[in-house]
Amino acid sequence: MLAKLSACLATLALLSAPAFAQGNKPTDPQIAHIAYTADKIDIVAAKQALAKSKNKEVRAFAQDMVRDHSEVNKEALALVKKLKVTPQDNPTSRALSKQAAAERKKLAKLHGPAFDKAYVANEIAYHKEVDNALETTLIPSASNAQLKSLLQTGLKIFQGHEQHAEHVAADLK
Amino acid sequence: MAPGRICFTALMVLGLSIPAQAKTIRVTIDKLDYIPAVAQAKVGDTIEWINKDALAHTATAKNGAWNVMLKPKKNGHIVLKKAGSVDYFCKFHPNMKGRVVVTP
Repeated sequence: MLAKLSACLATLALLSAPAFAQGNKPTDPQIAHIAYTADKIDIVAAKQALAKSKNKEVRAFAQDMVRDHSEVNKEALALVKKLKVTPQDNPTSRALSKQAAAERKKLAKLHGPAFDKAYVANEIAYHKEVDNALETTLIPSASNAQLKSLLQTGLKIFQGHEQHAEHVAADLK
Repeated sequence: MAPGRICFTALMVLGLSIPAQAKTIRVTIDKLDYIPAVAQAKVGDTIEWINKDALAHTATAKNGAWNVMLKPKKNGHIVLKKAGSVDYFCKFHPNMKGRVVVTP
């Protein structure tokens, strides 16, 4: 999922660059939607890994992803409710979801160690892309201080997961 | 002998005969940071981690000496048995880093 997300984000960066470049920086409702989508994508990816992988370390990692990203989304939903913000669908969220679906389809065809490696590699790439999107676009664009703070913590979590995924990838070799 | 002198002597005797009281040093985890990042302690002291995050963390010694699981909003502790400087990290978020400096 993460790998998927990173691929998604990469695609996102490409697809959405013109919109952002034209000064149409995402609004808070759009940022909330993008962040929620990014989390959800990683949860779906992890669930695919839990359904397919028999590797103990990969499964433990996937369980960590489900647990952490579910918690982040719980906090995000509580915040948008408190701020009375309705997350708004947008091209970036749609690009992320589309890319994630393609990645999921690709991973569905793989089995055993090939799946494990591809899933973890995807997680690394996906987290890197989300980190980049958070740092360069989402955090600087967020106008509400609480949303910005949530995204900043989210960035630390994503960076942590990226390093965790790198450790798992090293162990798979 | 003045009472002050007696008191001082008594403290000296106590100080020599009774080991210093072991302390509990608290490290708070807030938004994926160990605070303080470097904790000073003595052999026999307890380090207690207070996890304020809604996420699970660990305090895992790089040298393998200890591994403390810290569930969301829960605490965990270890008693320091050896002097030395130990770097530790969170297994789930390896970008979280801390150090415990233990003196004899």
